[in-house]
Amino acid sequence: MGKNSLQVLKGINFKVAEGELVAIMGSSGSGKSTLLNIIGMLDVANEGTYTLDNVPIENLDETKAAKYRNQFLGFIFQSFNLINYKSALENVTLPLYYQGKKRDERQEKALNYLEKVGLKKWATHLPSELSGGQKQRVAIARALVSQPKVLLADEPTGALDSTTSSEVMALIQQINEEGKTILVVTHEEEIALMCKRIVRLKDGVIVEDTLVNQKKAL
Amino acid sequence: MFNKDSWIEIFDTIRKNKLRTFLSGFTVALGIFIFVILFGFGNGLSNTFQKFFNDDNTNSMFISSSRTTEPFKGYEAGRRIEFDNADLKAIIDNFDKYLESISPRIYDYANIKYKHKSNNYSIRAVSPPHQYNEMTIMMQGRFLNEDDITHKKRHAVIGRLVALDLFEDENPIGKYIDGSGHTWKVIGVFQDDGGDREERTVYIPYTSLQKIKKNTDKIDEIIVSYKPEIGYAGAVEFEQKLKQFLKTKKYISARDRGGIYIRNVADTLKESQQFANVLQWVISFIGIGTLIAGIIGISNIMVFVVKERTKELGIRKAIGASPRSIIAMILQEAIFITTFSGYFGLIIGIATLSLIGDTLEAEYYITNPYIEISTAITATIILILFGALAGYLPARKAARIKPIIALRDE
Repeated sequence: MGKNSLQVLKGINFKVAEGELVAIMGSSGSGKSTLLNIIGMLDVANEGTYTLDNVPIENLDETKAAKYRNQFLGFIFQSFNLINYKSALENVTLPLYYQGKKRDERQEKALNYLEKVGLKKWATHLPSELSGGQKQRVAIARALVSQPKVLLADEPTGALDSTTSSEVMALIQQINEEGKTILVVTHEEEIALMCKRIVRLKDGVIVEDTLVNQKKAL
Repeated sequence: MFNKDSWIEIFDTIRKNKLRTFLSGFTVALGIFIFVILFGFGNGLSNTFQKFFNDDNTNSMFISSSRTTEPFKGYEAGRRIEFDNADLKAIIDNFDKYLESISPRIYDYANIKYKHKSNNYSIRAVSPPHQYNEMTIMMQGRFLNEDDITHKKRHAVIGRLVALDLFEDENPIGKYIDGSGHTWKVIGVFQDDGGDREERTVYIPYTSLQKIKKNTDKIDEIIVSYKPEIGYAGAVEFEQKLKQFLKTKKYISARDRGGIYIRNVADTLKESQQFANVLQWVISFIGIGTLIAGIIGISNIMVFVVKERTKELGIRKAIGASPRSIIAMILQEAIFITTFSGYFGLIIGIATLSLIGDTLEAEYYITNPYIEISTAITATIILILFGALAGYLPARKAARIKPIIALRDE
């Protein structure tokens, strides 16, 4: 945490409708991750307003932010960010634990989502026993289990080879088809083309915002 | 905060992070264990100490004599001073105001025989008040009485170990023993906190001994005890006056450092209590030092644990953990581990102390080491509180870090 603040985003005005699959593109330093972090309430904007599902997101303290994140958002990270001493199933149940759901319900729901990402057989395995693609799919199951309004993916395929990348993107497309709103931050053109809309950032401003013909991942 | 689910979550974390759990648990357990042991040893030393000085009654004075060191009134230096029965009477007559009881003591040594067994024992020829002065405890029969003194009876009160040596399982009361060429009837068996030496002693009436020693009236030592109500100042005054009185009576120069010696148990006791206080300070210091070392140990580990978990905490926050739940989780875990292992260390420590028992008494002067349960529990609670505090500070910091920063922390 440096003391000198740096203005990364310089006026961003954009809307995402329900059910969209948006790629946020830009070179490193363009502000795409910062934008995603603000949307994800992991970071706070100095100025401006942010409305999510008609709820103005303002005056966020950590407790409130945690609650919103838990209710509205699901995260998928480049480095998976699974808790390494917890099994796949336990990792997936965690958001439900913080929602105060009962143990049985947590187990059942989490198992359903693991099945959905094709990893039911791997439920009891630790992250260290899973491949990169499997880890990311566990992370996706974890992001979905709390039934968030928006799924935020920060370079979801950044740590994966191209075959696995396609598999993960196919899963993301499938989830989108089921109606979930998804934002994907990426710097890979190929990944961006698998989304339905591309927003290009450069030096903290949107330079291009276009709808594209979605390319199927598989 | 303290629902069943959060406990399950914590047990899960504890179970899956065995090294971490072990390290923090071990630190606390070791801290409490060492605290208990050291404190126990300190108390053991203190016990030994008390034992040494509790042999004699605290309001007693032992008056003994030696050779003079200065010439006085025509007597040369180096004259041997001796007490006799007249001195006893003179003290009673002149110091009634201070005196509670008085007893002469004559030392002797004899080979004592019962049936086929015999052994050498020290003899003390005394009068009945001696029981009070020496804090002699009767196990069987009775101590000497005035009748024994007046009629110069050949009665003997034998020490516990004398009875054990000579009589083994037999009841010694009413039996006759041989010593100094005469036969003595055993009327009592005593014990004494002064140790084995005291319990290998035989008490007989001083008049009886004087009679068999060719009707002498000499006395080796005079033991007086003063009324407790005169206090320490009164005792000192009594001691000075008594010394002066005896010096005048025996023609000894007032400046002579020899001739008469008075050992005031109160003086010795005062010194011993000062020493015991110092000992208590040392013990407390060691105890507090150990505790501080334990606190520093557990604090270090807690800081390390939270640091190590920064990323995990970031993940938890990203998926919806509130700062409060993060702090609660770390605290609950820390308190659980420290309480459990603190209790464990406490039990092991106390068990070790009771196992040691009196085995270190002879060589290391540690008698019956113990620790008050309240002290041990207080120490454990202090360690738990500081462990929790040491966990709380970094936990609060971690809970405040933005998840994005925590997640970046690889």
